[in-house]
Amino acid sequence: MTETITFDRRAESRETPDRRTHPRDVFVEFVDVYKAYGTKHVLRGANLKVYRGEVLVILGGSGTGKSVTIRHMLGLEAPDEGRVLVEEEDIADLPEEELYRVRKKFGMLFQSAALFDSMTVFENIAFPLREHTDMTEDEISQSVREKLELVDLPGTAHLMPVDLSGGMRKRVGLARAIVLDPKMILYDEPTTGLDPITAQKINELITNLQSKLNVTSVVVTHDIQSAFSVGDRIAFLHEGVFQWIGTMEAARDSDHSILREFFKSSAVVAAQPTTK
Amino acid sequence: MSVYATTGELKLFLRTRAKVQRFVLYVGEITDLAVQTIQQMWRGPIERNLLIAQLDQVGVRSLSIVIITSAFIGMVLALQTAYSLAAFGGKLFIGKVVSLSLVRELAPVLMSLMVGGRVGAGIAAELGTMRVTEQIDALRALATNPVRKLVVPRVLATTLMFPLLTVISNALGILGGLLIAVTTLHLSANFYLRSVIDTVKYNDLASGIGKTFFFGFAIGLIACYNGLRTTGGADGVGRSTTTTVVTGAITVLILDFFLTKLFLFMF
Repeated sequence: MTETITFDRRAESRETPDRRTHPRDVFVEFVDVYKAYGTKHVLRGANLKVYRGEVLVILGGSGTGKSVTIRHMLGLEAPDEGRVLVEEEDIADLPEEELYRVRKKFGMLFQSAALFDSMTVFENIAFPLREHTDMTEDEISQSVREKLELVDLPGTAHLMPVDLSGGMRKRVGLARAIVLDPKMILYDEPTTGLDPITAQKINELITNLQSKLNVTSVVVTHDIQSAFSVGDRIAFLHEGVFQWIGTMEAARDSDHSILREFFKSSAVVAAQPTTK
Repeated sequence: MSVYATTGELKLFLRTRAKVQRFVLYVGEITDLAVQTIQQMWRGPIERNLLIAQLDQVGVRSLSIVIITSAFIGMVLALQTAYSLAAFGGKLFIGKVVSLSLVRELAPVLMSLMVGGRVGAGIAAELGTMRVTEQIDALRALATNPVRKLVVPRVLATTLMFPLLTVISNALGILGGLLIAVTTLHLSANFYLRSVIDTVKYNDLASGIGKTFFFGFAIGLIACYNGLRTTGGADGVGRSTTTTVVTGAITVLILDFFLTKLFLFMF
């Protein structure tokens, strides 16, 4: 399952030109996915491909089903109809026990960071290692320290989640998400609720991790500045369907009416460098 | 007029049907959770640290409630028995009535209601908060089974600790009765205790304590279920907690009837 996607200037700036010039693997694919909660139809035939090594931004308004989409990638939700393929394996009908194997391919940063509040920062990050590896306490300690440095939070291992600021919680959540070296990182609204400076630091962190860890990433956001800071491609979700999918440049120049309306509603887009 | 009546009947029918559907769904889901819990207990390994923490939470930290409740129930029972049986020389039967009532019925049920309320509310609130703050989803996303990690230690702790607390409750209730028998009714301690020992048989103890295994399992399961199904933020956590206390108490009382019949048949 390979495809070639178009040139992306932003991605080149991250010294990863191979992403666009070579045929690309599809890591996750949605095929006609439908999902409803009671009478509320969230996904209405969503189709999407996430290519290995890219940063795909899922953009859309509040309540359009962005988070539901990435929850389907992890198997936290099962579609009512359609298929969700992870490395060509359909996970839509897998039982929970089977899904644990699939979920080890992913790391997820939740919107609220979802740190275990009865554990210290160290214990939170060590949790997946203790659950799924045979590492010794020394090795776990070393790994946790490395991840904390990677997210720029050294010296915080002994703190409880309640002692952390919003930005720090997200970083710890990110350290926990990457501690098992996943192939794909899912970010659910990584900058929501943060001040602009902290949000920008999180965006930089996502970009840095992308180049250091060589992973595939999906970022769910309604923050256009964040989307243009981190993304290679945009998938615009509206009324349960991905209305527009393409590169950041193409998104900027697109005459798709709803996408343009979405961009116009944010003054931030004006501050983005133009390709013309 | 008839149209309104028909519409009213239809609404009543639809409401009743929805309630029945919800109830069937509730029973189905809680049975599913019970099966998963027993499967996970069977497969193991049970994490010792988590279990010990829950045994402490459920058992040790409930001791003060059990001590106070049981002692006062024993004292009140002694006073009431002496008063109501005074015409028949009831003072002499204080030991028999107090011990048999406590061991067969009052200690297991009242202890389960009191401790069940405390422990059930705590579990539902804790798991409910974890649910609404995405911590349960985080566990699943980290390829960890929430039933194994959260439900098994809690249900096992309630199942094991309720019988132990009942033993303590029995002892303290009988001692409460002794206090009243000696100080207020002027019986000798020796006479009271001899009366208790002669009255209470092994099958009385087995019936009373045996019931609490089921009460503990039910309370733990209901609390975990309500916690894991919480939706809607702080309001939802409050609802789950209240539902757990009410459902737990009703379940204990209903189970008590059927288990009493079963144990009467068995012993």
